[in-house]
Amino acid sequence: MSIFGEVPLAAPVAVFKLSADFREDQNPNKVNLGVGAYRTDECQPWVLPVVRKVEKMIVDDHSLNHEYLPILGLPEFRSSASKIALGEDSPAIKDNRVGAVQCLGGTGALKIGAEFLRRWYNGTDNTKTPIYVSAPTWENHNAVFSNAGFEDIRPYKYWDAGKRGLDLTGFLGDLESAPDHSIFVLHACAHNPTGTDPTQDQWKQIADVMKRKNLFAFFDSAYQGFASGNLDKDAWSIRYFVSQGFELFCAQSFSKNFGLYNERVGNLTVVAKDQDNLSRVLSQMEKIVRITWSNPPSQGARLVAITLNTPELFAEWKDNVKTMADRVLLMRAQLKEKLKTLGTPGTWEHITEQIGMFSFTGLNPKQVEYMIKEKHVYLMASGRINMCGLTSKNIDYVAESIHEAVTTVQ
Amino acid sequence: MSTCSVFDGAVFMSSEMKLTEDFKRDTHPDKVNLAGREYVGEHGHTTWLPLVRKIKQQIATDPTLTPEYPPILGIPEFTQRATELALGKDSPAIVESRVFGVQTVGCTGAVRLGAELLRSWYCSSSSWNGPILLSSPCDDSLTGTFKAAGIDDVQHYRYWAAESNDVCVENMVHDLENAPERCVVVLFASGHHPTGAELSQEDWKRVAEVMKKRQLFPFFLMSAQGLCSGSLEQDAWAVRHCVSLGLELLCAQSFSYSFGLYGERVGHLLCVLKQNMLAVQSQAEKLVQTLWSCPPMEGARVVATILSNPAHLVEWQEGVKGIAEHCMLIRERLRERLRLLGGPGRWDHITKPGGLYCCFGLNAQQVEFLIQRKHIYLLPNGCLNVSAINSRNLDYVAESIHQAMHSQL
Repeated sequence: MSIFGEVPLAAPVAVFKLSADFREDQNPNKVNLGVGAYRTDECQPWVLPVVRKVEKMIVDDHSLNHEYLPILGLPEFRSSASKIALGEDSPAIKDNRVGAVQCLGGTGALKIGAEFLRRWYNGTDNTKTPIYVSAPTWENHNAVFSNAGFEDIRPYKYWDAGKRGLDLTGFLGDLESAPDHSIFVLHACAHNPTGTDPTQDQWKQIADVMKRKNLFAFFDSAYQGFASGNLDKDAWSIRYFVSQGFELFCAQSFSKNFGLYNERVGNLTVVAKDQDNLSRVLSQMEKIVRITWSNPPSQGARLVAITLNTPELFAEWKDNVKTMADRVLLMRAQLKEKLKTLGTPGTWEHITEQIGMFSFTGLNPKQVEYMIKEKHVYLMASGRINMCGLTSKNIDYVAESIHEAVTTVQ
Repeated sequence: MSTCSVFDGAVFMSSEMKLTEDFKRDTHPDKVNLAGREYVGEHGHTTWLPLVRKIKQQIATDPTLTPEYPPILGIPEFTQRATELALGKDSPAIVESRVFGVQTVGCTGAVRLGAELLRSWYCSSSSWNGPILLSSPCDDSLTGTFKAAGIDDVQHYRYWAAESNDVCVENMVHDLENAPERCVVVLFASGHHPTGAELSQEDWKRVAEVMKKRQLFPFFLMSAQGLCSGSLEQDAWAVRHCVSLGLELLCAQSFSYSFGLYGERVGHLLCVLKQNMLAVQSQAEKLVQTLWSCPPMEGARVVATILSNPAHLVEWQEGVKGIAEHCMLIRERLRERLRLLGGPGRWDHITKPGGLYCCFGLNAQQVEFLIQRKHIYLLPNGCLNVSAINSRNLDYVAESIHQAMHSQL
């Protein structure tokens, strides 16, 4: 008899199941608009030219040592990554109250932040402190916070399906009614899965309530640069909160904007009131890292650090990022045009109003099923599509499929 | 905004790596750090095998390798090889398809994941939280890792005995005989940290018998397979023996030492089950997603490439054997020096075990003396990493240890 004999089979993660079904599909017209990774117009993954260059530099550098990185990670990575989020001339950085922990991708950064907050945020046992995540949100947010010991994870109103945009009133209402000191997970830009971000004015309103009610801002920043093509623009919300005096966490991922999905490059930026608080926080985070993965992996962090700290490479990287962002913007514009030309019922402005990799099309589950089964166009049941899956070769087919789905399926 | 920090409650935690930090700050010309984790060569720093550099260059210039998200449980080429390395290609568990592996972020990641898996699913209870038995002594962070996974009931079994400077199997077996049935026992297959003390195959047979009789669950740690005895098979013997007895087990492996890939964090969690493998695997996947989503590729690719190629495999094994032999040579030299310096004492404990670690059974005063007065940094009980001893510092280290043991302090 196995001691694991009664363990139930866990349901597969929806987005990976989708990709698996896509792979098995033999139809020549199939299109994968599911998983969140960048694709070129040839529908291939893209190794950024600057990444190729720096990879070779690293492997040919005989002076590099191969020891464990410090527990908190590569110092030159941590500081340059935080600068990217907060800005070169951030007053918080000048005040020496910004620190960071190199983590295993954005997930790892959320994990360390969550584990810290559960132990130290508001008293020493935050298992009952409410965590608010947007409705909807990235499906793994829930699991990360829950596994870190938080028992009360609640949605805050975000997506208004009726008007296909931000439900600001609902959002502000949930902020008002949240218990003081609750923790809110905010998407810095390019909201996943809706692609809908608050405007700068709306962010100001959100920050106002959060300040008044001492709500903690935990930013998730996975798409900086990738959303608008401009690093500073995509970090506006984080920098605004910092300017308003908030202490905050920002979980940064370099998977998308460096195309380094497989090297797990993340950074948890910590903005504290002062240097003393910062050093205490980092010392506790070090303890948490030690019993999670001990030290982070060196490859990706080195690559990013070299790129960000070398002016020519930094410029080349920003250019590569803009290439990706521009292609996404082009696909958005073209998809909207084609749907308008086809006369597809409904409004399609949201396709170009939304930003980043994803678009919440507004297709209902039946229409999604039609797309998958009849047209072999794979998208999430929520109607989310990855714009990077669109190419000049398949965009007509996809537009026609959406048209068919909307007109024939209610 | 309030003038207090939201982080006011967080107390300052002194670094666990305090010894290393103190060493770095120490300006004494003769300072030696014997408290580190890595294998350092005669020249005093870690290196790659030349083969590793070659493979890394291949990877960096391979146009077919794409930077996609890897599978949550890691790349199959890696997990298969890691599994075969631990169990042997023709292990009944592999042949019968009742083993799966997870590529993890180093050995710590493997231990953490194993701990989370046990906490969630051991004995089908909704939240098992112990007891888990760790050796005495053991690394503090090991206790911390299990507690962080939610396993609060951590106890110890006697392992290393100060009187003999060796494992005391009698004590160990006694403690296992009296352990609650069905508890989880963490065992070092080889290369015990921090003492280096080892069980013989006969000892292991006794231990395994007790484990089976009392239905204790083995959680093996194997961080330096091949580096202890020079033989991959010998260093994994304990794990393979338990599998041959039909036991279910977990085994956390590290590829840091044997490939010099410390910074890349290449680890593996091996799960040997009797049944229901797919279900347990799916639950492991769910847990991985809450920890790091999926593992980093670079190091695992190097290891998989080397282990999959017969010629590379031979070259790598030679390299590992070389490290083991180098450690044995240092141990012999140290023993000789201490013997020549005179004074009573048996020195078997230095050369009996292989691998990186060795324990002198020093008391707190003696350890303090070595650190503060001789600038020789070592772990509590006088445990040390022999690879950090080289021809330049051997005399100084030997004389200092001799002094610590035989002078009035």
